[in-house]
Amino acid sequence: MKNEMWVEFDAKSVNEGFARVTVAAFLTQLDPTLDEISDVKTAVSEAVTNAIIHGYEKEEGKVRLSCALDGDTAVITVEDQGTGMEDVRKAMEPFYTTKPELERSGMGFSFMEAFMDEIQVESEIGIGTRVTLKKKIGAKEDGNWDGCGDSSY
Amino acid sequence: MECKYQLKDGCMRISLPREVDHHYAEQLRKEADLLIGAYRVRRLVFDFAGTEFMDSSGIGMLIGRCRHMGYSGGEVSAEHLNERIQKIFVVSGLHKMIKVTSEPQENGQREKGGGKER
Repeated sequence: MKNEMWVEFDAKSVNEGFARVTVAAFLTQLDPTLDEISDVKTAVSEAVTNAIIHGYEKEEGKVRLSCALDGDTAVITVEDQGTGMEDVRKAMEPFYTTKPELERSGMGFSFMEAFMDEIQVESEIGIGTRVTLKKKIGAKEDGNWDGCGDSSY
Repeated sequence: MECKYQLKDGCMRISLPREVDHHYAEQLRKEADLLIGAYRVRRLVFDFAGTEFMDSSGIGMLIGRCRHMGYSGGEVSAEHLNERIQKIFVVSGLHKMIKVTSEPQENGQREKGGGKER
């Protein structure tokens, strides 16, 4: 079964919670475990926060969030039309941040990688950034949190 | 926002909100730093009893407060972490920076500890 939704909202930090909850609500039709929901919420929060802080900085703009269900896999995209990144690979390095003064931990992409099955980042300076996150729902029967970030333990 | 600060004998207990994301972390950081400086806080306790969600923005805020306390030789601990928050602590390595206790410390009493609230 295929099913898709998208929302667009202002790049304001108050909308980060809205974004997480929206995706979580849409995912319920796949009957996810609480752990799976939490994983997705964390990853969405990271991507949306990045769009707001780094994509638009202090400028106004819109963040587009979509979620497509393809069988038991959720494909989530978070897009902004902000500044874009010159070096995506660098940005994805753990603890790398361009905004240490804002106490950014530099763990955003690491979290997305740890909590989702797959992540893809496309970015172009002056055009914007699109982050695609994929996760198979129901991959783990017992809902124990064993499958993520093995190397981090 | 549902964040509470209790001060007693140089110890500040911060009862964190339900969700510690970028939005709430920004406010928390400003308020906490103001209080740490004004009341010469020597011990800082983050209480996660009411917290269900935290992302890397929350981690950044916690690390920042650890640094702030570190400059003045103070100590930082965290308590009442649910399973999810524990997982976030482990994935981020925060459990190596902040002492995690399951029970409230004797100095920082819970809820109605007679401390100053705001």
